[in-house]
Amino acid sequence: MSELLDLATSLLERKEGSEEIEVFVSQGVDLEIRSYQGEVESLSNAASAGIGIRILLDSPHGARIGSAWTGSLDPDAVSEALAQARSNAHFASADEFVTFARPDGVMPSAVAEHANNNDELTVDQKVALAIDLERAVRGADPRIRQVDSATYSDYSSAAAIASTFGIAAQYQRAGAYLSVEAIATDGSDDQTGWGLSVGRSPRELNSEEAARDAVRRATRMLGAVKPSSMKTVAVFDPRTAASLLSIIGSALSGEAVVRGRSFFAERIGEVVAHSSVSVVDDPTDARHYNATRFDGEGLACRRNELIVDGVLHGFVYDTVSARRAGTTSTGSAVRGGIAGSPSAGCRALQLVPGQMNHEEILAAVGEGVFIESLQGIHSGVNPISGDFSVGVTGLMIRNGQLAEPIREVTIASTLQRMLLDVMFIGNDVEWLPGSAAGQTLAMSGISLSGA
Amino acid sequence: MSSDLIERSVIEGTLAVAMARGGDFAEVFVEDRRTSSAMLDQGRVEELSSGRDRGAGIRVVVGDTTGFAHTADLSEAGLRVAAEAASAVARRGGGGVREIALGSLSSHRSVAQIRPDDVERATMVDTMLRADDSARSAGSSISQVNVGIGMSTRRFVVANSEGVYGADEQIRTRFNVQCVASGDTGMQTGYRPIAGTRGFEILSDDAVNDAARGAAQQAITKLQARPAPSGDLPVVLAGGSGGILFHEACGHGLEADAIVKQSSVYAGQVGHMVASPLVTLVDDGSVVGEWGHLGIDDEGHATQRNVLIENGVLTDYMWDYLRARGQGRASSGNGRRQTYQHLPMVRMTNTFLLEGPDTAEDIIAQTPYGVYVAQLGGGQVNTTTGDFVFGMTAAFLIEDGKITSPLRDCNLIGNGPQILKRVDAVANDFSMTPGTCGKDGQQVPVGTGQATMRLSSVTIGGTAA
Repeated sequence: MSELLDLATSLLERKEGSEEIEVFVSQGVDLEIRSYQGEVESLSNAASAGIGIRILLDSPHGARIGSAWTGSLDPDAVSEALAQARSNAHFASADEFVTFARPDGVMPSAVAEHANNNDELTVDQKVALAIDLERAVRGADPRIRQVDSATYSDYSSAAAIASTFGIAAQYQRAGAYLSVEAIATDGSDDQTGWGLSVGRSPRELNSEEAARDAVRRATRMLGAVKPSSMKTVAVFDPRTAASLLSIIGSALSGEAVVRGRSFFAERIGEVVAHSSVSVVDDPTDARHYNATRFDGEGLACRRNELIVDGVLHGFVYDTVSARRAGTTSTGSAVRGGIAGSPSAGCRALQLVPGQMNHEEILAAVGEGVFIESLQGIHSGVNPISGDFSVGVTGLMIRNGQLAEPIREVTIASTLQRMLLDVMFIGNDVEWLPGSAAGQTLAMSGISLSGA
Repeated sequence: MSSDLIERSVIEGTLAVAMARGGDFAEVFVEDRRTSSAMLDQGRVEELSSGRDRGAGIRVVVGDTTGFAHTADLSEAGLRVAAEAASAVARRGGGGVREIALGSLSSHRSVAQIRPDDVERATMVDTMLRADDSARSAGSSISQVNVGIGMSTRRFVVANSEGVYGADEQIRTRFNVQCVASGDTGMQTGYRPIAGTRGFEILSDDAVNDAARGAAQQAITKLQARPAPSGDLPVVLAGGSGGILFHEACGHGLEADAIVKQSSVYAGQVGHMVASPLVTLVDDGSVVGEWGHLGIDDEGHATQRNVLIENGVLTDYMWDYLRARGQGRASSGNGRRQTYQHLPMVRMTNTFLLEGPDTAEDIIAQTPYGVYVAQLGGGQVNTTTGDFVFGMTAAFLIEDGKITSPLRDCNLIGNGPQILKRVDAVANDFSMTPGTCGKDGQQVPVGTGQATMRLSSVTIGGTAA
């Protein structure tokens, strides 16, 4: 891994004149194995490496940045990228807030580093996990008629960031997944269920658990009906609650705020949610699969409290959005790989858990809908206006118990309203891949559109 | 003739290595992609970025098993390592030495007139500034304007053990403008794209100004929007962006991978009436210049016009090499992959509904009460149940046959097989819209198209009773 930092640092020596350079280098290995009908359907083995270079030109009117990337560590390709970044810089507008991160003295969390243990199983053992997963789903229930895909995958990546401002950071990540989609039938109706097992290494994976999850979700949706439209209480399962929290997180980005694209703008100190709602973004919490030591600009990640007891407390910032807002980076730069420039975003969100478990919440709600999957999040949720409308599947809640399955309905509200309408937050936190953890979450005032 | 990306003899040698352990089929896909992009936000030109990615993906098929590996090292040695990794799935061994002899290269060149290399970066900057000006001049409530331009040149060579040997050059240009309008009711957004498998010539002054003003006007109009209805109503979809309906309602379900695995509601339905007789649906990757246009697909097969549904009757599915081979038929030119780092699979290209006899004006006038959708955002489908959603990003009520109040964004939800039967009017004002289709984590550019049309009833996912 230190070779990556060495490579990044060595490029800084190619600085010309008064320019500044920032280099991001990454390397990764991915393995994906799909099982179908007891055989390997596909086995993909992929190693990749690349580099992203940014050049900063300062002037009395402000600074300008140009960038370039290449999916290779070949010296000629790197030199070409450096030259491209340099010439691109001349075309940006001079901006007094634009700069690179500078070391801020915050030490990285030691616990957030994930070692790469993907070699603890051989490829043959990983193939067996995928095949076992498929077999477990097919054998679990006579109503399972097909397994669309049963997949084992693991990844490991390492990255380094260095700049002429003194940034020198490196980190690594690794993990493994099993995922499966089961198709159940009762003769007239087909339904699907998706199961997942996540681990920081292959040995942590549990194919029985992923299979059970997929089978339960697929079979209990059989015979789903389209209910009538109503105003109701929605109870989100941990997975869908995590999706919801991610969307709210996008409006808590300081970048969205300074660009005038967040409904939270200028509301610091105001009540924006029910008093039971506290949201933190904490990549130093090693339980989160997204935990990491450094952000996308090479600053140490840290715990940021965003909503405290329903009151908007703060936003996450990278260096530039923080300067525009008159504050300092919260170590929250995210970067979409070598081709992406840093921007501010949440990476390890968590809703502070409440006291009740899943069953207690259903009992307390009494009548409502239990949401197990969301459809059309990218088309139906607008984090700028807060308009929220998504397709869902799930089960009715009657007398505090899960009842008949429902399909082909949407639920709608606004994100602003939903935060205020939170009724119960579960204690059943599930750590999931992606930028948010989830737990059972109940909210009132939801419009369900059906027949 | 050889491609300048890679020597024919190197490809032949790599294919031989890939087949050495007894594979049934091997393929080498070599790609060189250059991109340049620029963004303007709040009147400031932000980072311009350039990128280059080059490498090869190698696939080996043995029975029903596919092995895949990729490399950024295009030397003979680098390709050999990848070929050996891909062929590791071939366990039966004993393939011995196989001679691979490729035919003549079938090479395609982009129709772009102004190629990315010929575009001055200052011209990109001017175009963005002009769009910013146009959008802001649309009204004082416009609080934010974001403009993006991206150009890409994707060249590839694909060759396989059956002698397929093709090369394509795909130049794409994309421009988009997003506006935020602010008022007493909060913020609303407007969005317009311009995109084509063409060069910078598609970004004429008029086209850019129209898009910018259109996006701004959309955001301003939505400030007056009221909550969308909740429940079932007739819906008129404006020509162009409504094509996403067919992409979601049946397009994905007509991809042969879902058919072969019996995970589509349309499996076993060829020859059956699956839609209203007004529906004739085509997927055609050969429509020059459209966003989903390909010279050849990513498996080296010619793209073609595939009629999927004719007058309501399901006529065929879309096929890639692997799925077609299993059924003893030819690929339909629908094998696509995001980059050399991905395995190809069955994907749509340009998917569109053919025109009908009506006019848009008549269809609206003959709708007493309903929703008029001027622009759709993305969508999502579960191919097994057929249930799908798509988002409306510009919509209005229709009252007494007239377009009236603007509505806030929401999703529509329906079931594919049911919705296809509810198409009760199709007009003659056909147009296409560019989009990005995601499947199994791979994103590819696609076109969708249709003329103004009506669905007799769709569930609107709003909040108003």
